[in-house]
Amino acid sequence: MNTQSNAVPESSLDSQVTAPAAISATRPMYWSVRRELWENRSIYIAPLAVAALYMLGFLISLMWLPHSMREVAAHHPAPQLVELAMPYGHATWLLLVTALLVGIFYSLDALHGERRDRSILFWKSLPVSDFTTVLSKASIPLVVLPLLVFAITVILQLFMWLLNIAVLLVSGAGAATLWAQLPLFQMELVLLYGLTVIALWYAPIYGWLLLVSGWARRAPFLWAGLPALAIAAVEKIAFHTSYFGFLLQDRLIGFAARAFDLKDKGGVPVDPHFIPLAQVAPGKFLSSPGLWIGLLVAAAFLVAAVRLRRYREPI
Amino acid sequence: MTCIEARGLRKAFGKTIALDGVNLLVEEGRILGLIGPNGAGKTTALNAILGLTPCEGELRVLGRDPWAERERLMRDVCFIADVAVLPHWMRVSQALDYVAGVHPRFDRAKAEGFLAKTDISRTSKIRELSKGMVTQLHLALVMAIDARLLVLDEPTLGLDILYRKQFYDSLLNDYFDRNRTIVVTTHQVEDVEHVLTDLMFINRGRIVLDCSMEEFESRYLEVTVHPERVAAARGLKPIHERQVLGRSILLFDLKVDHVERQQVAALGEVRTPSITDLFVAMLGNKQGSKAAETQGVTR
Repeated sequence: MNTQSNAVPESSLDSQVTAPAAISATRPMYWSVRRELWENRSIYIAPLAVAALYMLGFLISLMWLPHSMREVAAHHPAPQLVELAMPYGHATWLLLVTALLVGIFYSLDALHGERRDRSILFWKSLPVSDFTTVLSKASIPLVVLPLLVFAITVILQLFMWLLNIAVLLVSGAGAATLWAQLPLFQMELVLLYGLTVIALWYAPIYGWLLLVSGWARRAPFLWAGLPALAIAAVEKIAFHTSYFGFLLQDRLIGFAARAFDLKDKGGVPVDPHFIPLAQVAPGKFLSSPGLWIGLLVAAAFLVAAVRLRRYREPI
Repeated sequence: MTCIEARGLRKAFGKTIALDGVNLLVEEGRILGLIGPNGAGKTTALNAILGLTPCEGELRVLGRDPWAERERLMRDVCFIADVAVLPHWMRVSQALDYVAGVHPRFDRAKAEGFLAKTDISRTSKIRELSKGMVTQLHLALVMAIDARLLVLDEPTLGLDILYRKQFYDSLLNDYFDRNRTIVVTTHQVEDVEHVLTDLMFINRGRIVLDCSMEEFESRYLEVTVHPERVAAARGLKPIHERQVLGRSILLFDLKVDHVERQQVAALGEVRTPSITDLFVAMLGNKQGSKAAETQGVTR
């Protein structure tokens, strides 16, 4: 840009001014997301740390692997696969819960912290709209964290898989062929599907947390949770019903029954540690009204958060 | 060209009226000092200009409505609002990266050049810098943006005199030209006294003085009156009188009091008052502020 503007004679001052002004619309978004990652390093440090810890535990468990493999070999082939997949399933669930916790804490602070430390005045002095800012903050729990968790899980499970094979080969337990049967690729596909499902299903939760963090003057954590408790309590006392509680419960765990066939063709419940690709039910998920209502509510929360950020001043 | 144009700006927070019908007209290439006591409405007025707060009345900044077009306006407007609003967790290099990323008019090389003159390390976190250095960094970022309006709200609060002097020197020497406009509020009036081209006093949400510095110099006169002429001097209705070391110092507004310069000069030693003197005279006590309000001087 410099060499260009140096070469331009003074007469074309106008083009010089307008040319760099035509900044691409995605650039502020890109830099806003990077900014979030600079400020909240827990977004990637927490899942990485959990993965490293799990790896450590897994390394220790390898000592008993040849012995337990012989145990497994005594069972039928089908349960074997589930048992083999167990440590992989644990790793996935652990990282999913980590991402959920990081996402909750991140969202509750996202629009509160910048008002608390008054840096909102600096952010607002730059040509970045409130819409871009809120969208970049919403993209952390809805896009960035799921992608990070996916990448970290894939790498972790790949390492686990290679170590498994190495140990079994060296120990002469002779189950290397069995390990080769572990459908790692299929597991990662199911994981990617699951992460997308969870992000879409939880969108209204994160939208609500962002809204509260933009609204509350203090204690956004309490404001996020207490109203739900209060509504549930009032409903219970007034009508002796718990519809609101069921609604919340469905929002927390209801994605599983909608996005997967939790029973196989024989009617046997699927083990959550290893969901085969055949049990994935995107059609059922996409046609469930709960998903679309949730997304509409999430959009409404985010629009409200954008409006709030426009009006809100430092606290 | 007109930079800021406001007519009848009004803003209330509950029962408190922050802006009570403010009219503003700031031409391009001016350095306007907006001076007023705490709670006078300075920050509210600046926030309205920057599109940070909605208000009643007509307001145009560089031809745009700031509340409706803040994002677009911020390409041409910079502001340093208060001190220390730079995010404390950020590294200096990240601040440069970020502004370069989002601002189409930011010249990174220029900012690096300004920073090279300071002791600020590129790898430092902002929380590790002294207050003076944070201000230097913010100024370096802002001066590297090719903006048309710069708004400064108490930019040097809490800085020692050396940093303050350096701050305004940089602004004048490395930044200001006739295509740019600067609006500054400060309580350290003596720092900006010789920087301003225009002066505005604001009190209780109203503009009580609006004049150029040339007008200020020709219009206000301060006289250290000879003791025997005090009664005669008082007869000319000064807007303020104070006692220093037993001598009376009277301040005259030549435009409103309809007195001639020679008349006043005959009373004793004459000089142009400092902005602080006029500020105290107009807003220093209840009577003063009432008198100023009733005068309601506008351009």
